[in-house]
Amino acid sequence: MENEKKIGNGKLKVENGENTFSIFNSQLSTVIKADKLTKRFGDFIAANEVTFEVYAGEIFGFLGANGAGKTTAMKMLCGLSTPSSGNATTAGFDVYRQTEQIKKHIGYMSQKFSLYEDLTVIENIQFFGGIYGLSDKHLKEKSNELIETLGLKNEAKKLVASLPLGWKQKLAFSVAVLHEPKIVFLDEPTGGVDPVTRRQFWDLIYQAADRGITIFVTTHYMDEAEYCNRISIMVDGVIEALDTPANLKQQYSATSMDEVFYKLARGAKRSE
Amino acid sequence: MKQFLSFVRKEFYHVFRDSKTLLMLFGIPIVLIVLFGFAVTNEIKNAKIVVCDYAKDPASQEIVHKLSVSETFHLDKTLLSYSQMEEAFKKENIKLAIIFPANFYKDLLHLNKAQVQIIADGSDPNTANTLTNYAISVIMEYQQKLMQDNNIPYSIAPEIRMLYNPELKGAINFVPGIMALVLLLVCVLMTAVSIVREKEAGTMEVLLVSPFSPFMVIISKAIPYLVLSLINLAVILILSVTLLGMPINGSVWLLVAESTLFIICALSLGLLISNVTQSQQTAMLLAVMGMMLPTMLFTGFMFPLENMPKALQIFSNIVPSKWYYIIVKSIMIKGLGFSAIWKETLILFGATCFFLVVSLRSFKIRLS
Repeated sequence: MENEKKIGNGKLKVENGENTFSIFNSQLSTVIKADKLTKRFGDFIAANEVTFEVYAGEIFGFLGANGAGKTTAMKMLCGLSTPSSGNATTAGFDVYRQTEQIKKHIGYMSQKFSLYEDLTVIENIQFFGGIYGLSDKHLKEKSNELIETLGLKNEAKKLVASLPLGWKQKLAFSVAVLHEPKIVFLDEPTGGVDPVTRRQFWDLIYQAADRGITIFVTTHYMDEAEYCNRISIMVDGVIEALDTPANLKQQYSATSMDEVFYKLARGAKRSE
Repeated sequence: MKQFLSFVRKEFYHVFRDSKTLLMLFGIPIVLIVLFGFAVTNEIKNAKIVVCDYAKDPASQEIVHKLSVSETFHLDKTLLSYSQMEEAFKKENIKLAIIFPANFYKDLLHLNKAQVQIIADGSDPNTANTLTNYAISVIMEYQQKLMQDNNIPYSIAPEIRMLYNPELKGAINFVPGIMALVLLLVCVLMTAVSIVREKEAGTMEVLLVSPFSPFMVIISKAIPYLVLSLINLAVILILSVTLLGMPINGSVWLLVAESTLFIICALSLGLLISNVTQSQQTAMLLAVMGMMLPTMLFTGFMFPLENMPKALQIFSNIVPSKWYYIIVKSIMIKGLGFSAIWKETLILFGATCFFLVVSLRSFKIRLS
């Protein structure tokens, strides 16, 4: 398996159906590689020959209408669901045989708010640190640091239920990257949050990306899509487009991502 | 191991922070024990009775005295006429009336036999039966005494004798049933609800993505509830012994071991329910309807299995609580050892293995 790609003029080509995309970068290492990844549920093909790569340290937006197959694809990459056919590796581990290794090297934040409401901030941090096997000393340092950066010192001993949604989500993200995973999967992390809080949330995502954590994020918000380095748009189980936001806008002669998305997604036959 | 401890600690936080869970866990058993032990038993206390004494002689006086000091009866009043008594039945919720004819003592001394009339409120046949029997036994006791003192064969009333339960204590039959009911209900409800809650909240997904294996998630869910159920068992036993005067004639350790087996059976049933439901309400409904009803109906502690149609009798065999009920009765009341209950234990063990395998398998299937 090829992990590093160096292409003459710094352009990397990603094959996807008929389209050829490019990205400016001179040195890239692949952390997620999906090759014709397919998941069938009986007659229904939730994800059809999905092929793409995600590079270390990038923020990769995974877009699609409801029912387009995003979650299915993501679950396969997380080692939660076994593909029907095709190949994929996450953090260099095979999604068929090395799911335990994958789980150690990824973080995950679910669509629903994924902390325990009836536990305090510090107890949540300690619990998730605990199940990821962090040592007591390390965990203590980490949780202090985290509470400090999030400015939650006064709330550390309060129940998470009492925090505003924006803080909960920031905390959930910080907990998801507590064990410094290679990749963190965010499944519609900012649902129901106001734009200001969303912007703050994205600051956290950039910080994590700066530390070298690859971000794989699904979203419905097109302004968020603009924050990503590269995005893919999935329609009816197939990846229809994959490039940087700027290139996509150019390619579809659109002024905003909204327009690009609309042009692609309106042909969709499936919806929830 | 550290992962496991973190998880178990978290489960205890959940339990102790949620007043609803705590109430379910410890409220249900206490309420049920007290309810069934005192309120809903066959044992009757302070039943209102009246006496209509036309004789007013030493014999009738002594019998009335004996009746009035018994815990079963509460002597409401002594009436003067038959018509007053009818009135009392209608208006004052009287359960029993005893009428001594005039010349009661005289008849007894001279004719060697005397009559006494007992009238019971037949609208509640069970109570009427019990009270009548008890009143007869009090009168009989007096006659027995009189016979011994004077060595003359006075008229003899029919003998009543009860095996295992001479004082007509209802609790004795109910406690093993309640134990089965409470352990099953609490364990099934607890595990099912705690797992489904994680599904609802979305935290289950996060747990499954973590390196903590799904199997360990289940184990660490089960262990805290196993511990809590054992505490529950202790509470039930202590309440039964101290409050209801229930004996533990057999080995306590055997009882604990058998109960642990039953608890594990209940925990796996809870897991099974959590796999097929998506919301806490459904899980609760299923646990209550699916567990409580069969236990009440088919263990034999409320309704005798012998009186049921053959088909239902056969069906009762697949209800695990039936076997646990038999085991507990054998240990606590009859004081029997393992050799007497190995068959029931084997059946319970088989059922536990079956449910455990089925639930673990369905949990795995749900993952993929």
